[in-house]
Amino acid sequence: MALQSLDIARRSATTTPAPGVRQTTEVAKLIDVTTCIGCKACQVACMEWNDLRDEVGSCAGVYDNPADLSAKSWTVMRYAEVEEKGKLEWLIRKDGCMHCADPGCLKACPAPGAIIQYANGIVDFHQENCIGCGYCVTGCPFNVPRLAKEDSKAYKCSLCSDRVAVGQAPACAKVCPTGAIQFGSKEQMKDVAAKRLVDLKSRGFEKAGLYDPQGVGGTHVMYVLHHADRPELYSKLPNDPSVSPLVSLWKGFAKPLATLALAGVALGSLFHYVTKGPNEVSKELEDELEKEES
Amino acid sequence: MIRNPKDLQRYTAQERANHWVVGISFILLGLSGLAFFHPAFFPLAQLFGGGVWARILHPFLGVLMALSFLAMFFRFKALNVMTPVDKEWLNRVGEMVDGNDHNMPEQGKYNGGQKLMFWALAVCMLLLFVSGILIWRAYFGFDIGLVRLGAVVHAATAALMIGLIFVHVYAAIWVKGTIRAMWYGTVTRGWAKQHHRGWYRQVTGK
Repeated sequence: MALQSLDIARRSATTTPAPGVRQTTEVAKLIDVTTCIGCKACQVACMEWNDLRDEVGSCAGVYDNPADLSAKSWTVMRYAEVEEKGKLEWLIRKDGCMHCADPGCLKACPAPGAIIQYANGIVDFHQENCIGCGYCVTGCPFNVPRLAKEDSKAYKCSLCSDRVAVGQAPACAKVCPTGAIQFGSKEQMKDVAAKRLVDLKSRGFEKAGLYDPQGVGGTHVMYVLHHADRPELYSKLPNDPSVSPLVSLWKGFAKPLATLALAGVALGSLFHYVTKGPNEVSKELEDELEKEES
Repeated sequence: MIRNPKDLQRYTAQERANHWVVGISFILLGLSGLAFFHPAFFPLAQLFGGGVWARILHPFLGVLMALSFLAMFFRFKALNVMTPVDKEWLNRVGEMVDGNDHNMPEQGKYNGGQKLMFWALAVCMLLLFVSGILIWRAYFGFDIGLVRLGAVVHAATAALMIGLIFVHVYAAIWVKGTIRAMWYGTVTRGWAKQHHRGWYRQVTGK
């Protein structure tokens, strides 16, 4: 890759190591749910930068609009009304790809180079290599990728990899009016979060914490949550997500073993033929039949 | 196309055609499916015009195989009922594989191994069809838990079935004079008497 900022760490359906000599700083986006006002500027900026125009949907009676992620809506705000200690809390979470360090989508993808994990941690879909099987959807523990109807390719948030490659923050972080979305190195974002958590705890949110789930090796999109002990309050953000054991079995050691076993059956057959010889009709029996006929 | 008027008819033209529709669709399914099975096999997708075409064609070929196998299943089901003799044959299959078939119990049209293969393939076909529908994203959208289970079952069953078909094909190559039964339908009397003596008696009356 020409740009060091786009050095590749992992490539889907590729069994040999990616170029790994250069060291790149890991980046992260920090979404501070506690300072989000739900203005949806991030959704608009995402559409604008990525040239996405989703179909105009219909109002489902809640603020969530569009109601779900789609191939053309890579991020959506999810609004949860939760009662805590007799008080209403409006928990607004910007949903989208979490850019897992151990991405289930990449693990599941059968098409070489359709899913790329850059050395900076961004997980990107390269649609030109996508075959449209939807295995990434099957592999994702956060239910993020979507297959587009018009081209059967999978799409999701790219963390604005094109912007990040040239030293810019993702469009959503750039536009956020309250600074609830910040972008920088992962270490730096953890420090920012730590400071926020001190403040939140002093305000009575004792369970406030950083959502950087280790079940997927940590993520490159992290949340500051007031109730980190119950992430499911935030429109079902998974508590301790991990790549499903079924997906790990499906894409893990089982397949190389099965391949070896099949090769064993094929080679075993060949050597059986060579060592035991073909199973032919015995001469004795043929003579016997000939005698019967005459 | 009878080579020798004394040869015995083992398969009708319809049965042969049915078998080869299943066979051809299986080969195409195996090649396109392996492309998604492991990166080592991904180049096989080129045989179908690339990964996208392999992904589009594979499930339709699957429907063709399922339907044609279903027809074959009903054609041959009654002939593949297991009997105690078949079980005895299976218990002594080691001798057979070792190249010593003189003492094997007398077999009808199909031996215990063939019958076991028939039922194993039938189960595999059913599992592949159901799990294949579960993961056919272009037309179906099942619950993610079912899709994940379907993906595992589909891959595992496919691998098992490819192994079974290797055995099926090798058995036909190993036992000389067998493959012609599926090409033009007949076998020699010697072949029938040696490998399927019960069937030989039944069709010749000897």
